[in-house]
Amino acid sequence: MTTRLPDLECDALTKRFGAATAVDDVSFTVPAGSFFSILGPSGCGKTTIMRMIAGFLEPTSGDIRIKGRSVLDVPPNKRPVNMVFQHLALFPMMNIADNIGYGLRRKGMAKPEIARKVDEALDRIGLPGIGARRVEELSGGQKQRVAIARCMVLEPDVLLLDEPLGALDLKLREHMKVELKALQAAFDTTFVYITHDQSEALVMSDNIAVMNEGRFEQMGTARDLYYRPQTAFVAGFVGDANRWQGRVIRAAGEALEIKTDSGLMLRAASPGRTLAVGDRAEVFVRPEAIRLAEDAAQLSHFDTQISGHVATILFNGAASRVIVTDPSGAEIGVTLPQSGEFAHLTRGAPVHVGWSGDQGNAFSATGR
Amino acid sequence: MRAGQKLGLILLLTPLLLWLSLLIIIPHIDLFLLSLRERVGVRQYETGLANYTTILTEPLYMITFARTAMMSILATLLTLLIAFPVSYYIAKMARGRARSVLFLMCLVPFWVSELVRTFGWMILLRESGVISGLLQWAGLAAGPVEMLYNDAAMMVGLVYTSMLFMVVPLVTTLDSLDDAVIEAGYDLGGSGPSILREIVIPHAMPGIVSGSIVVFMLSLGNYLTPTMLGGKDSLWFTQMIYSQFIVRFNWELGAAFGFMLLILSSLIVWAVLRLTGQTLEKTMG
Repeated sequence: MTTRLPDLECDALTKRFGAATAVDDVSFTVPAGSFFSILGPSGCGKTTIMRMIAGFLEPTSGDIRIKGRSVLDVPPNKRPVNMVFQHLALFPMMNIADNIGYGLRRKGMAKPEIARKVDEALDRIGLPGIGARRVEELSGGQKQRVAIARCMVLEPDVLLLDEPLGALDLKLREHMKVELKALQAAFDTTFVYITHDQSEALVMSDNIAVMNEGRFEQMGTARDLYYRPQTAFVAGFVGDANRWQGRVIRAAGEALEIKTDSGLMLRAASPGRTLAVGDRAEVFVRPEAIRLAEDAAQLSHFDTQISGHVATILFNGAASRVIVTDPSGAEIGVTLPQSGEFAHLTRGAPVHVGWSGDQGNAFSATGR
Repeated sequence: MRAGQKLGLILLLTPLLLWLSLLIIIPHIDLFLLSLRERVGVRQYETGLANYTTILTEPLYMITFARTAMMSILATLLTLLIAFPVSYYIAKMARGRARSVLFLMCLVPFWVSELVRTFGWMILLRESGVISGLLQWAGLAAGPVEMLYNDAAMMVGLVYTSMLFMVVPLVTTLDSLDDAVIEAGYDLGGSGPSILREIVIPHAMPGIVSGSIVVFMLSLGNYLTPTMLGGKDSLWFTQMIYSQFIVRFNWELGAAFGFMLLILSSLIVWAVLRLTGQTLEKTMG
């Protein structure tokens, strides 16, 4: 059996606008049938990558291969990739059926064939019989699905999605995340998805690349990025984290003891990175990795233990947070367990927090 | 409070109502009554349609009438053809400063009076003018070339005069077309011409229609350009109205001419709106 060629390969892709480098030597491979996300803050260059793959921008250097064939000299209307635009860009002057059939008409397909394929696509996205409606009559989620169907009837090798959920309200966005993943499985097509919303990327993707300032910081599965961030940027960007600057006091292999600038003593680990005593370090600890207790004895098995007071309670349902200040004034965000145990917690109450050293991620503060 | 609001509304509407009634409605009523008067003797008048039958039975009047309509339509089409790429460039391709500069350049000629602008064309096109001189200097013409006083010169003048009124609505509508929609067209396999036909033009239709209506009416009612640039064969209907009122002192026939022009322009605008499936509210609002 020969191995299936990857659907999309980008090789040392670089794009410069004048003196500014938007995309800097980015390489990645997307295997066939997978869901790949590029996650990054706005302005990190992710849209530039997408526009280069779609063919609207020409890379300064590097290569883009689709199914092993370079597409650099192929114009956008001939590339086997299609794109779902940020604001969907449905054609307001056409009805839904004409929108979906547009690409097929351009291919010169016969009319009855187009009608059949359009009906099929409408069935597939769960909106049969809306072909004659106008674009503005549809709801946000329906437009979303039509925009995907409009691309999928062309059976592209790769479907690009440029933050398509950005315009939807929260509830619908949550719903569409699941739906998109299901559509991807149903169409069995490679999706390349760009977003600044980490939860979209984490929920849907097989693989995620975290991008910052034109470079890929880390590429891996959602779990990899969350549990084993390789750079300080990834640790800070993916998931929530308490972030402290400090200096390494003691180092035993990868286990470190760090004194933060605010005077907090804590333990952390630096898997795969070497930090020596005296180095400046940046430490990330996830609020959900920190245990909250009213009795210090409950935390005796943790190697980092801090006592303090409740400064604020940020109630947000399951994502509720307590901000604890230690006597030095340093703030620690802790996830509030929803088991009812802390339901009576009030501002100013004395509490203890603790975590085990391997939950803290330390990075060299200078060598980023 | 309510009464105060009402007074405010009346005060605000007064200039508009005055303008409409004094300059548009009253003159038209007067013209209409005038056009129905037929002279039977010295200072003796009867009411009838004689003026209109004169127009319909006199070939010169009807030919000029039809010619003016056809030439105005042609001028509108030419203006649209030239203005569309210009507007597309301004709205979709030019960025930032270049954009406002280009837009201003379309506007600048209108700071000069129409008379001076038309005179500019005369300087260029006349026998002893710039272009004729250039042709002779380059050896392309043996003697002076007269390019004025024909239909082509008149058409140039008409298109030039109306350009801005086509560019402004076109730029506005093209501007409202999301770039992503055009890109989506390319992305889904569309070629330049097909995107123009299926996406850009349908979107720009209200602008095209409103621009065309304005340009058509301006051309139809233009007096200066046909008079200055057109030749003896390029009789324009407005010139006939002028000659009836001022030269022949036949106000009755002149008024009938004026009404024919009003009916013609209304009919053609209505036909264009029906043909393109647009409504007046959509194109003018």
